[in-house]
Amino acid sequence: MQSAESVAPERRQSSAPLTWFEDGTSRIPFRVYTEPESHQRELERFFYKNHWCYVGLEAEIPNVGDFKRTAIGERSVVMSRAEDGSVQVFENVCAHRGMQFCRERHGNRKDFVCPYHQWSYSLKGDLQGVPFIRGVKQDGKVNGGMPPDFKKEEHGLTKLRVATRGGVVFATFDHAMESFEDFVGEAVLHYFDRMFNGRTLKILGYNRQRIPGNWKLMQENIKDPYHPGLLHTWFVTFGLWRADNKSELKMDRHFRHASMISTRGNAQTANEVSKVSSFKQTMQLHDARFLDIVPEAWWNGPTAVMTTLFPSVILQQQVNSVSTRHIQPRGNGEFDFVWTHFGYDDDTPEMTERRLRQSNLFGPAGFVSADDGEVIELSQKGFEQKPEHRALAELGGRDVGDTDHMVTETLIRGMYAYWRKVMDE
Amino acid sequence: MNEQLETYFAVTQLHARYASVVDAIDWDAWCELFVDDCVYRIQPRENYERGFPLATLSFTSKGMLKDRAYGIRETLFHDPYYQRHVIGAPLILSSTEDRITCESSYAVFRTKLSELSTVFNVGRYIDEIVRTDEGLKFKSRQCVYDSEMIPNSIIYPI
Repeated sequence: MQSAESVAPERRQSSAPLTWFEDGTSRIPFRVYTEPESHQRELERFFYKNHWCYVGLEAEIPNVGDFKRTAIGERSVVMSRAEDGSVQVFENVCAHRGMQFCRERHGNRKDFVCPYHQWSYSLKGDLQGVPFIRGVKQDGKVNGGMPPDFKKEEHGLTKLRVATRGGVVFATFDHAMESFEDFVGEAVLHYFDRMFNGRTLKILGYNRQRIPGNWKLMQENIKDPYHPGLLHTWFVTFGLWRADNKSELKMDRHFRHASMISTRGNAQTANEVSKVSSFKQTMQLHDARFLDIVPEAWWNGPTAVMTTLFPSVILQQQVNSVSTRHIQPRGNGEFDFVWTHFGYDDDTPEMTERRLRQSNLFGPAGFVSADDGEVIELSQKGFEQKPEHRALAELGGRDVGDTDHMVTETLIRGMYAYWRKVMDE
Repeated sequence: MNEQLETYFAVTQLHARYASVVDAIDWDAWCELFVDDCVYRIQPRENYERGFPLATLSFTSKGMLKDRAYGIRETLFHDPYYQRHVIGAPLILSSTEDRITCESSYAVFRTKLSELSTVFNVGRYIDEIVRTDEGLKFKSRQCVYDSEMIPNSIIYPI
């Protein structure tokens, strides 16, 4: 826990509008969302160093030679399945002239060939073939060729370190960093393992949206249990997520990752948390199958667990709908948000149908989550017009710590405590 | 030939009616263009072609369409916008006494208040249309969209 009372925001010098308040993070300067230079440092420090970033699911590349093109931060990478069955990740930049050689987003290959000069790479990213490496014979002499000291093994693709757990693939450019398990930490790893408990995953499909807002806003959205029972009518009305549900918030020791854990209750119950305009006690669905919820053994109780792994991914379990949501920044003011919905290979056809039907609640058009993208876009507009101002995150106090309720913005304060440390601010 | 022309004319009128009511923000009329036991899906081309079942929205009854209409009116917060459909000539794939299958290209433009008009979503309708006493209605409309990125969100029907 950080000390709460030492923060006295109003004492702050008004002449220094771009700095943080002394030691707290309950007031967040808008400029953390608006400055391109700060964004470049974030990419370096969060996406390219010292963090495991999401790249995909093993079920996306089940066979030798399967590959998927994706991104870590703003760098294009390829995830492939090598001959020995291992998962490999390398950067999508040819070692020769730097071309982004892989343009297909998925497929199956024996090797990767850059079309420009046909340099070819193995499924592990090792350089295999260089045309005219020994030159070209003409009229009895050899023309050109690479210098005698050119070594193919020195010119492979940039390879990333890979970690897989429960069928989920993470990678890092930083070969010196801690293990994935240490990175996530025990508390949040528990909820990771709950969802990815060794069963083979079954890909149901993708949704892709481009959101005109800073990428951190999506992390904050899923570290903010304050808004769901207010913005999202379906959540509060049908009891899926509301302030009086039994819930817990848990973080890793650095406060960068978090799980919001909640158990459904109080559907269409009127009390003080339902005195909000979004609550509609008499709302009835014309087709109740949208909420045909069947509890699953692996839940062990909670009906919703939303996990943020900083900086790159959100893991969603909302009743029977499970997905990963991949954050891919594009400058400080925009990011792509890629949803991969999946099920488990022991799902009955009925359960698959149910997961698909409940996916109508989530994604870029979802009954619940379409408006998350909208509020992020409009928040960014507010920041851009008033960059010297700051946001407030003081619900539940000014300190940071795990809670047994969701009437707090502690996870956002925690994320910025970590952010300030890494960014030296 | 006359019958074929009549069918073609009736299908183009149904498409024009669809565009008209959706662009007029008349969601009740939108629902009534479908039979009760209907399918309406908005699906990325990627999922459609790779055989992944996930759709961005997938409704399997008129009741679900009505729930969407209610959601747009009452429960979904969104930045207000107009949309404008341009639907290409339908390719009639089959036509019998009681049903017609066809497909057509579409483009939807979005205009937010105080903003320029932009291309919002482009793709292809894959339709199954039935002949009823009240004229042609959709048994199934699948909107399979090329647009690789949804510009933030899709609120209204495509």
